[in-house]
This record gives sequence, C-alpha cells and structure tokens, in this order.
Amino acid sequence: MGHLIDIQHLKKHFGKLAVLNDVEFHLDKGEVVTIIGSSGSGKSTLLRCINLLEMPDAGAIYYEGKDVLQGEIDVNQHRTHIGMVFQNFNLFNNKNVIENCMIGQMKVLKRSKKEAEEKALFYLDKVGMKDFAYAGSMQLSGGQKQRVAIARALCMDPKVLLFDEPTSALDPEMVGDVLNVMKDLAKEGLTMIVVTHEMQFAKEVSTRVVFMEQGVIAEQGTSEEIFGNPKTESLQRFLSRYRNQQN
Amino acid sequence: MQFIETAWGIFTKYSILFFSGVKITLLLAITGTVFGLMIGLVVGAIRAISLEPRSSKFSRICKKVIDWVLTVYIEFFRGTPMMVQSFFMYYGLKSIGLNWTPIVAGIVIISINTGAYMAEIVRSGIQAVDKGQTEGARSVGMSHLQTMFYIIIPQAIRNSFPSIINEFIVNIKDSSVLNVIAVNDLYFQGSSVAGSVFKYTETFFVVAMIYLCLTYPTSKILGYIEKRMANTTGKVGA
Repeated sequence: MGHLIDIQHLKKHFGKLAVLNDVEFHLDKGEVVTIIGSSGSGKSTLLRCINLLEMPDAGAIYYEGKDVLQGEIDVNQHRTHIGMVFQNFNLFNNKNVIENCMIGQMKVLKRSKKEAEEKALFYLDKVGMKDFAYAGSMQLSGGQKQRVAIARALCMDPKVLLFDEPTSALDPEMVGDVLNVMKDLAKEGLTMIVVTHEMQFAKEVSTRVVFMEQGVIAEQGTSEEIFGNPKTESLQRFLSRYRNQQN
Repeated sequence: MQFIETAWGIFTKYSILFFSGVKITLLLAITGTVFGLMIGLVVGAIRAISLEPRSSKFSRICKKVIDWVLTVYIEFFRGTPMMVQSFFMYYGLKSIGLNWTPIVAGIVIISINTGAYMAEIVRSGIQAVDKGQTEGARSVGMSHLQTMFYIIIPQAIRNSFPSIINEFIVNIKDSSVLNVIAVNDLYFQGSSVAGSVFKYTETFFVVAMIYLCLTYPTSKILGYIEKRMANTTGKVGA
C-alpha cells in the first residue's frame, strides 16, 4: 500500500555542494522517525524539502500518493497537512501567544474566531502554556517559546509534524520540558519526524531511526538496531563520538 | 528688544494669515506622509518580494519589469529637487489639460515624493525582519500576501517607525517649496506678509518660530514613543 510520504531520488544542491544526494525515504501513519547524523549531513534540508520550505532540484515527494513537486499542488494547502517546529521557534513577534496559535487557523483554514480560540487554548493547555495565553511571545523563555510553537503547529491539525532540532537552541534545563511534550505526542500516535541530537530521546521514542551521512541515508532501523548493533562504520564512528562527549 | 517687539507686532497683526498658512502646511505634511506611507508600503512590499524558485517564467519577467519601473520612480523622485518636480508636474499636467488647483497638485506631489522615500524605508524595514518570521508563517500555510500583511509589514512598520515620523517632520519643512506653484502654505503667507510690511527679517523670524513650534513637539513626541518602544520591546499585545 502507499506510504503517507514517499520520497524518491531526492537531490538538492546549494551552489556546488550536494546536500541531498539521491535520498530515498518513506513514512507511514503513526511512525515516529528520528533523523540523526552530523551537521551538514542533510538532515534539516530533507525535513525542509518535505514541507517545501526548500525546493529540491530533482526527485519526487509523494504525499498521500500525489507528487507535491508537480505543478498542480497548492503549496500552502500542502503545508497545512505538514506542521513544522523550528530550532529557533519562529513565533510571530507581533502577536501574543494565543494569537500565534490562532492566526493560521483563521486565515488559512478559515475557522471562526471562537473555534480557533478554543482549539488554541486546548493545545496550549496540552503543552502546559495555557497560563501564558495572553503573554507577549517575546517575554517567554526558549523552552516556553518552543512549547507554544508546538501548540501553534498542532492547531492546524497536521497529519505529520516535523521537528527541526527543536531543542538545540535551548538552555539545558529547558530541554526536558520540550522533550516531554514531544514524548506525549508520540505516545498519542502523532506521526512525527524529528531531526535531533538528543540520542537518549531518539532511543526512547523512535519507531525508526534514520542515520544520514553526506546527503544520503546511510543506515536505518529500529532504535535497538541502530544504537545496539550499528552496521556501517560511519554510524559506529558517529555513535562513539557521542558517547565520548558524554563521558 | 526692538526686534522682538516688531516681530510680535507682525505676528499679532497678521495672525489670521499665518494660521491659515499653518493649516495648509499641516494639511500638506499630514496627507503627504499618510499617502506617502501607503505608496511606500505597496512599492516597498513589491520590491521586497523574492519569487519562489518554481514560479513561472512569465511571472519572473513581470516582476523584473515592475521592479525596473519602481526603481525609476524611486530614483527620479529621490534624485531631483521637489521644487523642480512641482514645476514639472503642475505645469506639465496642466498643459495637457488637467485643470487642477495648486493645493491638489501640492498634495499629489508631496505624496508621490514622500512615497519614494517611504518605499526605501519600508523595504529596509521589511528586510530587517528575521527570516524565521516568514518561515514560521509559511509553515502554517499562509500565502506570501498573508505573510506580508499579517506578520512582516506590522513588524516592518514598527522597525521603521522613527524614520516614518522623521519623514513627517521633513514634510512640515519641505512643503514650503510648493509655494512655487502658488500653494498658500505658511512660507507663502510669510512672504506675502513680508512683502506688505517690508520687514523681511522680522517676518521670517516669526515664520521660523512657527515652523519650530510645529516640528519641535513632533520630534519630542517621537523621542518619547521611541523610549517607550525600547522599554516595551516584545510586549506587543500583552
């Protein structure tokens, strides 16, 4: 049967640098896929191609069986199905917390103000930020911002949620809060792709771990396979570097 | 003291003329700044568009042509004196049959002139907004226009607020050049008073003081707002 997302022969260059070099990847409903790999391996670019923030140079991205790179697809419509959480939060600075969660619902999904507000409060409650609903978005700490950003994405009822290194810009003591929210979402069966450097998190929540190296997927499998029995030499090296850092 | 007394005498005697001049000057400065800002927002927003890689060749060519036209507009109106522009436009358009009054012509000219400056102010304001704001908006499915309208432009106006008010101050003063097409603003009234009492120094001292009374409070208010904005940065909507 068809995958929810099916990526074939995806290529992306930045100038002469090949960031994605013939990537094959697929995602099924309910999966929690973490993508690991060293910086510059193409993890974030792959993620950004999936919701078309980055346009690939070649290849195909099928979403529910339709190639989103072919002309007829409405990019904005596509992005409502695929939510995104950024490393730097990207909350709207001119909006308060609840407005951040409402504007997309009202302007893109054309929901009524009341419906948007209810939904926003529901998800803000879920990420533990309901008390801050009317605070300015720039008054929040990094961890709080990121939880609001997750609520903002959830408000659009996405089929898939993409996380681009969601904890990399956070102070260490904030990381736990955000990861806990993500763990809850994973438990509830939300389909997620998470680019991360948090190996412990990847180990705990992933239904599948993908290791990228030099613009291709070098190895993938369950977290037991990837962390317990890495096959490729590059993954072994990558993991041992991580262990050394932690000791 | 004699000088001040004479000036005061001129002021009280001709205050009706001076005040009618002030009204016209403020009318020009306010409408010029407001319409100029509107023009600037549209032009600046168009110039700040960067086309997506997959947009068609046709839209690329359109964008290039529009950009070129807008650049010509901005460079022409920023690169020539407003006095020359007003002669050129007022008499030029009159000669091809547009029968407009000096005051209407004045408002149009100062608006178009201010628009050229505002366009650059708005454009740099837009470019100063963090790219992440656009990505955040696009990621929830907002179109380019929605992103501009709801997210980017409000922040750009906020960023460039001091420059926008500064344009207003400039307009209070520079509207005086419109006297060349017989717009009866403060300067125009001043020179006719000076001509009839034959005391140029005293009269223009009065005129200068009145201009100062218009600009100084404005720049004080601006300073106050800027200070408040600096203190409350990030508390928008709170």
